[in-house]
Amino acid sequence: MIRRFLFSREALLVGAILLLLALISTRFPAFTAPSNLASVFNDTSPLILLAIGQMIVILTKCIDLSVAANLALTGMVVAMTNLAFPGLPVVAILVLAIALGTVMGMFNGLLVWKLGIPPIVVTLGTLTIYRGIIFLISNGKWVNSHEMSPAFKAFPRAEWLGLPVMSWMAILAVVVFSVVMSRTTLGRAFYAAGGNPHAATYAGIDVGRTQFWAFTISGALAGLAGYLWVARYAVAYVDIAAGFELDVVAACVIGGVSIMGGIGTVGGALLGALFLGIIKNALPVVDISPFWQLAISGAAIIIAVILNAQANRAKGRIILKSAEHPA
Amino acid sequence: MTDTARHIPDRLQSPLQRSLKSWESLLILVAVGIFVANSFASPYFLNAWNLSDATFNFTEKAMIAFAMALLIISGEIDLSVAAILALASTAMGAAAQVGVGAPGLVLIGLAVGVACGAFNGVLVTLMGLPSIVVTIGTMSLFRGISYIILGDQSYQGYPTDFAFFGQGYVWWVISFEFVLFAVLAGIYAFVLHKTNFGRAVYAIGNNATGALFSGIRVARVKFTLFVLTGLMSGVAAVCLTSRLGSTRPSIAVGWELEIVTMVVLGGVSILGGSGTIPGVVIAAFVMGLVTFGLGLLNVPGIVMSIVIGALLIGVIALPRLWSMWRRA
Repeated sequence: MIRRFLFSREALLVGAILLLLALISTRFPAFTAPSNLASVFNDTSPLILLAIGQMIVILTKCIDLSVAANLALTGMVVAMTNLAFPGLPVVAILVLAIALGTVMGMFNGLLVWKLGIPPIVVTLGTLTIYRGIIFLISNGKWVNSHEMSPAFKAFPRAEWLGLPVMSWMAILAVVVFSVVMSRTTLGRAFYAAGGNPHAATYAGIDVGRTQFWAFTISGALAGLAGYLWVARYAVAYVDIAAGFELDVVAACVIGGVSIMGGIGTVGGALLGALFLGIIKNALPVVDISPFWQLAISGAAIIIAVILNAQANRAKGRIILKSAEHPA
Repeated sequence: MTDTARHIPDRLQSPLQRSLKSWESLLILVAVGIFVANSFASPYFLNAWNLSDATFNFTEKAMIAFAMALLIISGEIDLSVAAILALASTAMGAAAQVGVGAPGLVLIGLAVGVACGAFNGVLVTLMGLPSIVVTIGTMSLFRGISYIILGDQSYQGYPTDFAFFGQGYVWWVISFEFVLFAVLAGIYAFVLHKTNFGRAVYAIGNNATGALFSGIRVARVKFTLFVLTGLMSGVAAVCLTSRLGSTRPSIAVGWELEIVTMVVLGGVSILGGSGTIPGVVIAAFVMGLVTFGLGLLNVPGIVMSIVIGALLIGVIALPRLWSMWRRA
């Protein structure tokens, strides 16, 4: 068990993250203070949420480019709902956000499942449609901090055991989906549908429906992240999280999720997101010009992808490990 | 999913039947429909100068889309094209500041494009990495370098003869850009549909292993395609920079998705192996007409994106819905 972990992709990533932190602390020791690390984790929470959903979608040989647009549209809708009904309890807002995200995810999933349109085409289309709808409903206007009710803004920042609720949401998602992916038939179906669709079909798994559920989960997480994002930064506008979908895919790939499907873990997606999050948070504090940040994160993505490809040539996730290695 | 299966019985039909049912004729119908709708919707539409201006909406994107079409047919994708364009434009801007003339600027733009494309090509073909991931990385990298060079500044002050590439007219209302677009469309159509290289591109997209065993140098062809996409991004950079007369690091943000949309709308299968250049040309006109027509009606740019997105999904979904309905 320990031996297996030591040689896994996750261990490699943990090592890379520790090395990164060590490098940063030589130039800026305060970065590795627990309170600062907690705030870096909090900043990375939306990326973690979306990366988990994206990982599941990529596992099934699909891709969801509409997550950031889903996040932005959900965020705008809940912000405008809050504007119209300031008295609405946060629980209702939360339910609305998750429901709306789920519906948008289901729409993607249905097009992929029932019409057999390639996922990249579907989500490229819905990406532009969802973004356009934000403009239509908001008329291009912003919803600003002073227009939001205090309860709406307070929820993601409320602290529980020293961590903001936003961080707890990410932790909760990691725990829930770790269990779903490793302990349920649905989780196994995601791996099977992406690992070998034909074999999965013969094993009685409906590949299309499995992909539909992957998109649904991705949408639900994007909806949740949409409310958290808008409430945390206390502003909603059309271009929120523009281009974020590529960060999400990058986090997955850094985390060892194979773009060909079938390979990946929740832990990997989490670590990939943290890796990107640490880089983005560290660059400003170690006094690197903001203009360098994009190039550095691009280079980090490429290097991570190269390392990953070297470490994992021709290895797949074997579902029945015990059957392959008896005793 | 099963585009290839759909084509087999088609071969048994007469050429006329086949071309009437083809993707291209469906797209032409859409284009004509939008054209007619536009001319009813706005009295300013049917004006030679307006229509000529409308071509600027799509010519630069279409130039990149031609090369992207070949790349997608071969089963790869390049999401870094807009970033390459920005970097090439930045390099031209930097050169213009130190007094390089128009021919030198064009050479620099094309060279940067080729270099970036070659970088993508090396990563994908030599290291065997998936292109979608590589180009997400290089997309940040290339645009990041533009930010490093330019910061929050912009470059202006290009030589006056440089303006010809984006603003010059060859004859009456026919712009230089449109002529370039037409010539490039002809070249790409010839290369893809009439040469061994084009045949190799289809073969690789349908079955890369099979292509390799039949003697096609798969890695070399793919590398060439990445270089071509980079080159076309450089060409588009020359046109766009010359047309705008300025360079910012945020130039052409989001174009990669519009270009992929154009290619897919043109009937190129995102799974590789099928598609035509005429299809992409018509899709370019469709997208250009839609944005231009909606612009005349004062519809804001972002709402046009709803139409483009719906068009993308609708045009692909409708034939499938139709066949499902007929079977039911």
